[in-house]
Amino acid sequence: MTPSADLLCCPICDALHRLDDLPDGRRARCIRCNTVLGTGKPEAITRIVVLAATSLILMTIVVFYPFLQLRQGVFTSKASVFDTVMTFSSGAMAPLSIAVGLFIIILPVTRLALLVWSLFPLSIGRPPWPGASRALRWSEVLRPWAMAEIFMVGVAIALVKLADLATLTMGPAFWSFAAIVFITALGDTQMSKHTIWTALDDSTR
Amino acid sequence: MDGSGRFHALTARDAGLVGCRTCTRVNEAGAERCVRCGERLASRDPTSMQKVWAWWIAGLLFYIPANIWPMLITSTVGRAEEATIIGGVIDLANLGAYGVAFIVFFASVIIPVGKFIAIAWLALIVRKPHGHKPGPLLHLFEFVEFIGRWSMIDVFVVAILAALVQFDLLATINPGIAAVCFALSVIFTMLSAMSFDSRAIWDRIETIADD
Repeated sequence: MTPSADLLCCPICDALHRLDDLPDGRRARCIRCNTVLGTGKPEAITRIVVLAATSLILMTIVVFYPFLQLRQGVFTSKASVFDTVMTFSSGAMAPLSIAVGLFIIILPVTRLALLVWSLFPLSIGRPPWPGASRALRWSEVLRPWAMAEIFMVGVAIALVKLADLATLTMGPAFWSFAAIVFITALGDTQMSKHTIWTALDDSTR
Repeated sequence: MDGSGRFHALTARDAGLVGCRTCTRVNEAGAERCVRCGERLASRDPTSMQKVWAWWIAGLLFYIPANIWPMLITSTVGRAEEATIIGGVIDLANLGAYGVAFIVFFASVIIPVGKFIAIAWLALIVRKPHGHKPGPLLHLFEFVEFIGRWSMIDVFVVAILAALVQFDLLATINPGIAAVCFALSVIFTMLSAMSFDSRAIWDRIETIADD
């Protein structure tokens, strides 16, 4: 058998399939493990780009504005996302500080930027920018390590722990972060490996 | 259909080809990298199981001190109190926040322990021909991969508390060494799950009567 472009394998169980163009709104599933192989939604790429770009803009608010504020009597303390990252910065905890920074800021931002870089030209019908396929591949690799949404749940738990110790106020960064989590989750549901890669492939030629 | 309907299908390997797990493109056998996305190709990675076990053991080694040593060090007016992971859960329950106490308990105890058991079980089963239905095995693996990252919650809670509660003499919260151990344990078990090749679930299936 020759490896032609209309052949595809299921990334989960390796079963071979031949897939022609899917009608809009239809999904193709693996015959053996039922994994979604492709979606017939050409506008999905535009949606992914728009969602990723929105999240990127909101991310700048997250980094530069106060996140949470704590008040008890005359004492106030403010924390930005940056402060949270720096809590472990001294001594033996330093590597953890780096890891937290990667998980909640650097990796989510990198992943979004890679997605925009690889798919933005496609969404406006232009040939892709150089390195598009490498960027798209890395955005997939980074996906499990971008943990912004887990951080949000962590914030909610911290609020409960502090509820009777002091008064807490949420800053603009908090709400931006909440929006990012929601938007990113929405964007991820639009992804189908085969559909995106075929689109990137077609526009290169 | 829950994915367990058919057990035998023509795979890329059977056809003498190698499939890319990143972009689903099929390549010539023996190709080093995928023609479309440039991903490194391996029809089946022979070292996959070794990696699974290596990361699994590393994760378990760090999970033990993570539960023994303090996660949070709270100092109120000169008095320092240390709380382990379980201690933090008990504190939350004493505050009356049973729901949140359960979430933390679930994320820091049930998920990690369940993950250790699930990965070990999967790795042992697919080693040799087995009579298990692939559908449920795949669901278990996908669940483990999806839920594993959520164990990070407790580490983030510690980071947020330590960043906010710095009232010098009145009250300060500082991270304990268990936070580092726990974070490493979560990272290692994530890597262990990622090293597991889901295609192995189907590779050594013994004939199961379709029902």
